[in-house]
Amino acid sequence: MKRVDAIKRISEQLEDELVICNIGFPSRELYAVKDSPTHFYMLGSMGMASSIGLGLALAQERKVVALDGDGSLLMNLGSLVTIYNQDPENFILILLDNECYGSTGSQCTYASTVNLSRIAEAVGFKNIFSFKGDLDLTEVLKAEGPVFVHAKVEPGNADVPVIDMEPEEIKERFMENLK
Amino acid sequence: MDSSDAIYQGLKKAGIDFVVSLPCVNLGKIIEMVDCDEEITHVPVTREEEGFGICAGAYLGGKKTAILMQNSGLGNSVNVLASLYKLYKLPILMVMSHRGTEGEFMSAQIPMGEATPGVLDTLEIAYFLPKTPEDAYKALSEAWLLSEMGGSPVAMLLEIGFW
Repeated sequence: MKRVDAIKRISEQLEDELVICNIGFPSRELYAVKDSPTHFYMLGSMGMASSIGLGLALAQERKVVALDGDGSLLMNLGSLVTIYNQDPENFILILLDNECYGSTGSQCTYASTVNLSRIAEAVGFKNIFSFKGDLDLTEVLKAEGPVFVHAKVEPGNADVPVIDMEPEEIKERFMENLK
Repeated sequence: MDSSDAIYQGLKKAGIDFVVSLPCVNLGKIIEMVDCDEEITHVPVTREEEGFGICAGAYLGGKKTAILMQNSGLGNSVNVLASLYKLYKLPILMVMSHRGTEGEFMSAQIPMGEATPGVLDTLEIAYFLPKTPEDAYKALSEAWLLSEMGGSPVAMLLEIGFW
């Protein structure tokens, strides 16, 4: 499955969940397939998706979905340890794992030799879902968080434009929707 | 009011209700007080950069945020401060134990200690340099207001002499 198709499939199944979307093409792809005030598109700070998601989940009660990548999770592996210890029941971390740094020219990551969901398991995550094909989130959305979802996707980016919203606009629309 | 009480009470007065922390010998007592406070969500983190990410999410969710950290952690947070906080105009109160300042006994702390004000200046992050607990107590509320209204992190640099 292409990442853009995975993102489309995920976004179709979400309703009022809040989404923190990783920097680069993942945000551009989400913006292109479905835009919503519940989306926070990251335009910088690689590695921070799972952390922003955790903070948001701890700050309020609505369910939070963070869309992370293998390269960015590898930049902030300590985040898994903090998420496990903080134990937010309203948090789902979805790892879209294409085994490469997709936004910078598809250089390989170590995710081709290291299974990142086994790291989550070793940290202590109890609800882990692994997908290779169709991303049916029915059980994921019912599970008590923190939930770790590991979805293998193909390398490559969709031909989608850059996000034509200002950073402040993204923030203000998101916060307004939360009020 | 001792220095640790002043910081804790100052955070409370500023309305801070979400704190991430990394340890420093000078921050130990404040971290304990924050941890015991039921009105404050306290999240110990593994790295300063991660803490800034968590606080950004918490702010989006309606919290007033602060980080307790040593100045050494400023070094590994430069990108998140620029490409998350400055980019989206997000506030946070950075309460920093500033090692490597006058009275420092560990030479290893000196290079980052000396670099710290320059790094903050480059990032255009305003900072307060309170000399007494009373100064710090007052400055914290002012610093949060400045941070929230200006849409930028604001730091409180607490040199060795402060403690």
